[in-house]
Amino acid sequence: MRRREALAKLTGRERYVDDLPLDDFLWGMTVRSPAPRGRVTAIRFGTDIAWPEFVVVDHRDIPGPNVVALIEQDQPVLAAGYVRHVHEPVLLLAHPSREALRRAARSIEVVVAPEPPALDFRAPPGPAEIQYGTDNVLKRLQIVKGDVERALARAAVVVSGTYETGAQEHVYLEPQGMIASFEGAVLVVKGSMQCPYYVLKALQHALAREEALVRVIQTPTGGGFGGKEEFPSHIALHAALLALKSGRPVKLIYDRGEDMAATTKRHPALVRHRTGLGRDGRLLAQDIEVVIDGGAYVTLSPVVLSRAIIHAAGPYACDHVRISGRAMFTNAVPFGAFRGFGAPQSQFAGERHMDVIARTLGMDAVELRRINLLADGQSTATGQVIQDGTDRLAVMERALELSRYREKQRGHAAFNATHATLRRGSGLATFYHGAGFTGGGEVALQSRVRVAGRPDGRIEVLSANIEMGQGTLTVFTELAAARLGVAPEDVTVAEADTARVPNSGPTVASRTTMIVGGLLERAADDLRRRVGLDDTARGAAVQQAIRRWHREHPGEPLVGEAAYERPPGIAWDDTTYRGDAYGAFAWAAYVAEVEVDLRTCATRVIDFVAVQEVGKVLNPTLAKGQVQGGVVQGIGWALMEECKWREGAMANNQLTNYLIPTSDDVPSVRVAFLENPYPHGAGGAKGLGELPIDGPAPAIANAVARATGADPRAIPLTPEKLMELLEIADFGLRIADSAP
Amino acid sequence: MNVLLPGSLPEALDMLASDGAAIPIAGGTDLLVHWPVRVDAHDRTYVDLSRLDALKPLSWTADELVLGGLTTYWDVIRDARAAQEFPLLGNAARQVGAIQIQARGTWAGNIVNASPAADGVPVLMAYDAVVVLESRRGREQVPLDRFYSGYKEMRRHPDQLVVEIRIPRRPYSYQVFEKVGGRRAQAIAKVGLAVTRSGAGWRVVAASVAPTIRRCPAVERLLETGTAIASPEALLPAVARDVAPIDDIRSSARYRTHVMARLLYHDLRDFWGKRG
Repeated sequence: MRRREALAKLTGRERYVDDLPLDDFLWGMTVRSPAPRGRVTAIRFGTDIAWPEFVVVDHRDIPGPNVVALIEQDQPVLAAGYVRHVHEPVLLLAHPSREALRRAARSIEVVVAPEPPALDFRAPPGPAEIQYGTDNVLKRLQIVKGDVERALARAAVVVSGTYETGAQEHVYLEPQGMIASFEGAVLVVKGSMQCPYYVLKALQHALAREEALVRVIQTPTGGGFGGKEEFPSHIALHAALLALKSGRPVKLIYDRGEDMAATTKRHPALVRHRTGLGRDGRLLAQDIEVVIDGGAYVTLSPVVLSRAIIHAAGPYACDHVRISGRAMFTNAVPFGAFRGFGAPQSQFAGERHMDVIARTLGMDAVELRRINLLADGQSTATGQVIQDGTDRLAVMERALELSRYREKQRGHAAFNATHATLRRGSGLATFYHGAGFTGGGEVALQSRVRVAGRPDGRIEVLSANIEMGQGTLTVFTELAAARLGVAPEDVTVAEADTARVPNSGPTVASRTTMIVGGLLERAADDLRRRVGLDDTARGAAVQQAIRRWHREHPGEPLVGEAAYERPPGIAWDDTTYRGDAYGAFAWAAYVAEVEVDLRTCATRVIDFVAVQEVGKVLNPTLAKGQVQGGVVQGIGWALMEECKWREGAMANNQLTNYLIPTSDDVPSVRVAFLENPYPHGAGGAKGLGELPIDGPAPAIANAVARATGADPRAIPLTPEKLMELLEIADFGLRIADSAP
Repeated sequence: MNVLLPGSLPEALDMLASDGAAIPIAGGTDLLVHWPVRVDAHDRTYVDLSRLDALKPLSWTADELVLGGLTTYWDVIRDARAAQEFPLLGNAARQVGAIQIQARGTWAGNIVNASPAADGVPVLMAYDAVVVLESRRGREQVPLDRFYSGYKEMRRHPDQLVVEIRIPRRPYSYQVFEKVGGRRAQAIAKVGLAVTRSGAGWRVVAASVAPTIRRCPAVERLLETGTAIASPEALLPAVARDVAPIDDIRSSARYRTHVMARLLYHDLRDFWGKRG
């Protein structure tokens, strides 16, 4: 099936929030902190501005608690006399002219009495830098399996390594934006977002409004990647505060510079491994420490940390595992959700470490993985017994075969021996990604989906899960059509408007197809039962029954509904971090082939193979697109996307200086799926959206190591950094040559 | 924002003569990229040259290729003779932004924007281009390699317009353009290099490694004298005399210096003198 909104997007007809017609409105703008930490001692307004024309909002204008409601209630809507990071919102302005607004905002000086900021999450904070608890630790988590110290002491070999990953900007094509207005007493907020009910809850909380007086509508969203998970609540609140004070509609749209400077990024991470092995390469003990930079507020860091540590040990069998995680407070702009949600960071470390182990043991990196990959009946670090029937070795074999891994290895050796300035190599990563919320998260969400039968016999899907380019509209249409046997043209998907759609949970965590799609199927079954049919009824029979029902019940709504139920046999203990972390894991093996130019130390990915098992593939075109997009995003994260920091804020907040891959930087990305239907996912599907960002970075870094002899431990592996590493590697070589 | 729209060159020169702060704009590609953030730029007066059709075409004389003040990168990319006689022009033009920018951006604009990271300027300089400036006071010709005096400082007075860029036609026995950016397309140069050899001698021009695009006389001398060079490191002293790179948001001084030496060493491998 063709993507539902494709033509509107291709022809430019799609209307994003900035394109919506709006009468008699004000532009909104945010005045931000210039300093990373300190007391706001004065706010000086420029003297050459006609201030009576402007609406000005500060923290005293907030009707309810000055808090953006999320996991912890620590982040203010507007700073109340104290700032904790550069770009923290302090004031809001509105005016009919955007140009006048820009000038006015520039004329304001926020004066901060500076206090010592904590800016390096890797180092213990000095006493003057402590701002959260006694040690700036936002969250601590631990997974323990077996007795790691004893196993390490007994291991024939212990290999240690420290790995680092950098922040990453989402670079959704559409910057963030919201419109707030009133329909009678109801506050209506429209905009670009992944989670309409998160925005609704944040508005209710800080504005002290009952749910009936707030309505949130998602507008067509030009990409999210997690960046529109929790952050849109801030802009929604800001626009709403200005609309409340002015009584007029307010449009608050970030331009690219503000978006890159002030919104969240992927958490930077530092991961230490200490691994005990037998001489044959069998994993005997994994001792892992994961530290992430949370930034100045808690945001989603505890759950990012959770996913990071759960994935840190990799898809391998090991009886003795200890994984300790810490999320650190710093005075950086808060970090937040980004595709992968901690797993890419910890799996970069894990998969790079596997190659470091192989090199240390003088072992083949493929063989090391072959020995240790989880087999059915074995358990993960949390003790989750894997019993899904997926042949993980076959996934890896398929990737090796498609990439002609062995053949190319021989070719590379010959190429590298003869070429003056180019070096080639291939690298492998085997990895996994758990779909849906972690542990008991899905139960806590209590997601609900409705499928309505309309008087004309057409079907309407009602959910809060949104389209952001990943294909929700198309897949939901296909699922409903397939379940009821009707034509896709007879299915519509309702606009995500909290006044109409139930809370089916956020559009995050690779859960939309697998979990919400499953609810959709059950809601369709419920609809069928409500018109007196059993689950075998399909097509015209269903539509006729719907029309008949409406004739018999004029004016009444016909709605089937389903609520989340935990799949049987799943158990999780959040206090001990033991049990089934996810309903299902998707499994993958990626191979990157790179070419390094020794003159410039630039790395080019020249071939890429991505093989995965994601249950049943529902829409092959969309699935392939998800994987290719994830690989491109991974290439950027691995090689060029580098946030340059100045006092905890991004200094290179322009797309001229924060580089993402162009089509010329991307090779053909060859995608293959092995299918093993998952009984509890929609149509047999498992989550797919995040998996492809986990593997590219370690595969590429492993390939660079293979090509050049360098030993990269950190990404982004920019040419500047690789030049330093290669000098170290050359030096090592010379020492080795001169040894007797 | 105040935009003046002259219909002829004399009219444009009058406007520039009467308002010393007015800024001529051609393609507008440098100005508009920063428009939303440079609020102070909104208050200035701009002289939009887009109607000065006489400045648009490129032309050939017996001994020169003459680019007009409004000749775009795309004009040169499309010109088969330019591709044959001055291939580095097209190579560099294709490295400027994307096709949309190449279609609007002008060579003269690239010169007067005076970015140390310009892509068009190094190849023009390696071909000994001469900048023709015109004002109500008359015409002046300045060799491009003497046009810049410091970061964003140049020998153009506010009343002068670049009306031509004259490039002498010579046979070249060697020519190369290298641009090292943070990615393979649409990047600002971290190191740029244009090298030519003709009867007039070697020209080595470097970009992004000094406050201005500049020639590298010490490296040129090594080539002219056939000095023996056996490794990139052997070039570092000459490179250090010629350029003064900095650490900035895009790269490091150390990286820039080493990449320049490595590119020169490997690209010119056949031309360095051999020991013994």
